Amino acid sequence: MNPLVVSITLFVLALMIGVEVIGKVPATLHTPLMSGANSIHGIVIVGVVLVAAESDSVLGYIFIFCAAVLGTMNVVGGYVVTDRMLEMFKSSKPAASKDSKTKGEGAAK
Amino acid sequence: MSVIDTIAWFVYLLSAVLFVFGLHEMNSPKTARRGNRVSAVGMIIAVVMAFISLFAKGFVSSTAVIVLVIGIVLGAVAGIVSAKRVKMTDMPQLVSIFNTVGGGAAALVALNDILTSKVAPTTTVLVTAGLGVIIGSVTFSGSLIAAGKLQGIVPGKPMVLPAQIVWNNIAILGAIVSFVLLIVDHSHTGLWAVLTTVFALCYGLLFVFPIGGADMPVVISVLNACTGTAVAMSGLAIGNVALIVAGALVGAAGVTLSVLMAQAMNRPLLSVLAGGFGGGNAAAGAGDEGPEGTMKETTADDVAVQLVYAQKVIFVPGFGLAQAQAQRTLADLGELLKNHGVEISYAIHPVAGRMPGHMNVLLAEANVPYEELIDLDDINPQFSSANVALVVGANDVTNPAARRPGTAVSGMPILDVDHAQNVVVIKRGRGKGYAGIDNELYYEDNTQMLFGDAKVELEAIIASVKELIN
Repeated sequence: MNPLVVSITLFVLALMIGVEVIGKVPATLHTPLMSGANSIHGIVIVGVVLVAAESDSVLGYIFIFCAAVLGTMNVVGGYVVTDRMLEMFKSSKPAASKDSKTKGEGAAK
Repeated sequence: MSVIDTIAWFVYLLSAVLFVFGLHEMNSPKTARRGNRVSAVGMIIAVVMAFISLFAKGFVSSTAVIVLVIGIVLGAVAGIVSAKRVKMTDMPQLVSIFNTVGGGAAALVALNDILTSKVAPTTTVLVTAGLGVIIGSVTFSGSLIAAGKLQGIVPGKPMVLPAQIVWNNIAILGAIVSFVLLIVDHSHTGLWAVLTTVFALCYGLLFVFPIGGADMPVVISVLNACTGTAVAMSGLAIGNVALIVAGALVGAAGVTLSVLMAQAMNRPLLSVLAGGFGGGNAAAGAGDEGPEGTMKETTADDVAVQLVYAQKVIFVPGFGLAQAQAQRTLADLGELLKNHGVEISYAIHPVAGRMPGHMNVLLAEANVPYEELIDLDDINPQFSSANVALVVGANDVTNPAARRPGTAVSGMPILDVDHAQNVVVIKRGRGKGYAGIDNELYYEDNTQMLFGDAKVELEAIIASVKELIN
């Protein structure tokens, strides 16, 4: 089958999963959600790496350099700042906050 | 498909799954931080896999790889520094800047595909990459202006050119025509690609300049959706599953949040994007019938007495609180009253702050537990049982005029602050809100006004509360 057809199918299905998952996020977390989603589109850096393989012109180098700087800034900055925000969300119940903290550290390793 | 391509496909699929799982974990503050990290792991896996394919399949020029690595290192440093330094009040600008660079990167990947490929690009590549260029460029210039407006570098007022519609149409038509020619006319691919980019960049500017500063949250959200779509288009162009799925997820997130925001402002999404609101246009018609009555002024000492003897107090914070840097002061007051046995909650309107959920982040930074932050729908029935509602730096979202038709805020969901036994409003001056009309709440019998800087007034209240308790 034409790869483009498969790709478009993937796109549509992912769109629907996105709407479904995002709809369940509470308003409290909308800012971190937006900044987290924002860092996900930094995935374009994968595209930059892949096109770098075929590049051998000065114009290509310039494109790759600029795209790499912009894309990485998007991805790294986005995740760091989202983590910084989510770190501040604390529960008034000490047990619950301790629980989420240990879980968070577990995921970091 | 070679072995390495098959492995890569599944690894990219894994990272796409991790993105979905990470976003899913955002449905509770308890798991959200882990979710973000899961998503980051997905990202690292995808990037590492891209490098593995790069080295396994070989590359044309080592210069390209060196340039790539230098770019990544510089970008990472810039990202970490800006993420660590940003103040929480400036978060919307930073998100907008990250959006700018993301859109720029997506446009560059797509442009690179068109301009530097050695064989003539296929129609599929031209269509998808062309779309990537258009959407990415609009996001790039649009988000840049949005960030400028939020930061105050670009005036927040709607800036409409003479014959704005004509200019818009020129930019849109220009982009469409050059896009079509890019696909059809294979002899001047470079020229049409550059023209498409230029027209799209111009449209980004024309799109955001006429929209007022307070509508920027919706704009950022829409542009976020655009970047996602641009990334997905780049993914279609190079046939990469990770880019397609991640781009679609972000696109869905952006659209969902934009619609939610527009609903909370009670304005159709398209009317927000058409711009022109919030520069006094709305004030003209609504100014003629101001509310009757007089405002009653009060003192910090009197407010302190009311708070100390109350059983239930609801704080209503608006962005004015953050502008006065008084989040911590308000949180201190809340803590003090809570220890004295007063029930405290915070009423959060969906558009409090400068982006969806912004007020929650600002109060979380001030160590307010998230259980005390209550959404519009849940807090409204509680106002009637509250002894005091303390409004700090919020205006239009508390205006009872929204309940009847014919005003600039009509139909907007509001916090039912006027249902509380007593209402105290801390306000910098007598100015009108963003909608440009008087707030009828201020003239109600049970409302008292405390004019002054939020931080100074709250500190004065804290001082006299302490005296009363001891």
